[in-house]
Amino acid sequence: MQGKIATTGEEGLRSLLSTLTGGNRRLSDILFQGVTALFVLLTLASVFGIAWVLVSYSLPTLATFGWHFLTNQAFDPVHNIYGVAPAIFGTLVTSFFAIIFAVPIGLGAAIFLVEFCPRPLRPALSFIMDMLAAVPSVVYGLWGFLVMAPWLISTGEPWLHRYLGFLPFFDGQYHGLGLLAAGMILVIMILPLIISVSREVMLTVPRSQREALLALGATRWEVIRHAILPGARIGIVGGIILALGRALGETMAVTMVIGNQATAPSWSLFNTGYTLASVIANQFGEATPGLFLSALIETGLLVFIITLIANILARLLVSHVGRGRIGGLAA
Amino acid sequence: MSSTPKASERPTNPFQMPSTAHHVIRQFSNALCIAFAVLTAAFAIIVLLYLIIYITLQGLPFLNLSFFTELPGAFGSSGGGIGEAIQGTLILVGLASVIGIPLGLFTAIYLSEFGTGWFSQAVRFMVDVLNGIPTIIFGLFAWVLIVIPTHGFSALSGGVALGIIMIPIVARTAEDVLRLVPQELREASLALGATQSRTILQVVIPAATSGIVTGIVLAMARVAGETAPLLMTAFGSTFWFTGVMQPVDALPLRIFVFTDSPYPVQINQAYAGSVVLVVLILLTSFAVRWATGGFKRRF
Repeated sequence: MQGKIATTGEEGLRSLLSTLTGGNRRLSDILFQGVTALFVLLTLASVFGIAWVLVSYSLPTLATFGWHFLTNQAFDPVHNIYGVAPAIFGTLVTSFFAIIFAVPIGLGAAIFLVEFCPRPLRPALSFIMDMLAAVPSVVYGLWGFLVMAPWLISTGEPWLHRYLGFLPFFDGQYHGLGLLAAGMILVIMILPLIISVSREVMLTVPRSQREALLALGATRWEVIRHAILPGARIGIVGGIILALGRALGETMAVTMVIGNQATAPSWSLFNTGYTLASVIANQFGEATPGLFLSALIETGLLVFIITLIANILARLLVSHVGRGRIGGLAA
Repeated sequence: MSSTPKASERPTNPFQMPSTAHHVIRQFSNALCIAFAVLTAAFAIIVLLYLIIYITLQGLPFLNLSFFTELPGAFGSSGGGIGEAIQGTLILVGLASVIGIPLGLFTAIYLSEFGTGWFSQAVRFMVDVLNGIPTIIFGLFAWVLIVIPTHGFSALSGGVALGIIMIPIVARTAEDVLRLVPQELREASLALGATQSRTILQVVIPAATSGIVTGIVLAMARVAGETAPLLMTAFGSTFWFTGVMQPVDALPLRIFVFTDSPYPVQINQAYAGSVVLVVLILLTSFAVRWATGGFKRRF
């Protein structure tokens, strides 16, 4: 009895399988496509889920503070007032510092790799770049905290103050940890990204463009200036925005070197501060349900929106290049 | 009359002006440009290499067997290891793979095999969006979704956060290699009477296996180095793994905690842990690239 049931069960299963795989072709295809689509929906659900969680948990602070959340000075659980003004300031200052220094260095390095690098060196250098892009941010943070910050307090900041102290940026007490340290670590972290994106878009400029200019007697710099940079411009801007998005959202390395303390607002880069992402990393441990939790999630929502805008812009620009609409001298 | 035209009749060439002063300026700006490119490249490479070499030199002397097998010592004691952090990272990456690999892979199959029209464009866009979100946001998501309702940090929540981070990396690399599989292979299979599902499972995917594996390993290497999303999910611990609903340690978390430590022993161990983490990530990503490097050349 038992055996017989098992056999019929097995036969049933087998016939079902044959229906799925061979007997009824359309059914198996529909099933496979359905399963695939299901997983795609799960992927989409994770994006929408994140957006939904961020928005719905932000509603209490949105309702309580509205736009004042952006201008309130601190997370103050005692008075139940929350705001991210210093964090927005810190995020913008460190990210723009990073972009200002990383863009010329990265572009120069990319031009070297594309135009001047001796052929035998090329694979080694791209290997190093790939390697550095893979180093996790906690390792950059460790180096920034243990090596760069002590150096800044003993040598770097006094030097800057002595020679550039007339600028408001290099005034005030030396802390080591602070906006300057965070900006510098971000420069190092986004360099590989800027170099690799710029290198890739520069390589898409057709060879004939360079050769035409060289044949006209142009110098190497004129080739770069008149053929390569105009052709690669859009893609390079896309790469820069991509790097900006990375810098705006970077959490670990920045949290480890920025000091995470508010100082009186001033233009000095020596001050400690915090960024939107570092506020989340620092405060979640103390979060109590209610406004505090909601304020943290709204901070996350801000990071999400800012980086989303940067990424969409960057992808539009880079994909514009990818479709081959580049290389014109007139561009 | 000589046959050569006068200078004024020659086509003008903006790059070849007769003036010597102009020539000097052009050569000078050219030299300046080359110097700038060489200097910036040298600066970038020296700074970045210095960082890696410095950390390696600081960490290497403290690597020994007990570092890999023991639990962290009591505060202030010498010795101890980060065994539980290595174990925790492996567990977290394993949990993440359970979510990240199927979702990423099937999304890639959908995009390359069925993907036409606005819906797949939207999916591709969403995958890119997912790729650009700062990783701490995934931590917040898993925290709100799992940690707060279950009243405790857990390996599971960490795995979920890392798993979602893996999806876009797996999906984009897998889609790229699936698209590299020649259309003729699919047509040949269909012409022999195979169904579309059979063609995908037994012809297309096997042909793209090495590329897919590369993408999966790169995604695993990437999430193995993530710290921010684990702060509020896996949280870290100084004990061996006790269950998926309990906090678990991870290599980057341990490095983060030890970096802040007042004890030189632990700072040394933070360096040593960084060496282990970087070597782990670089070895896996380059080994798999080297092992499967022939993929693109095969077609």
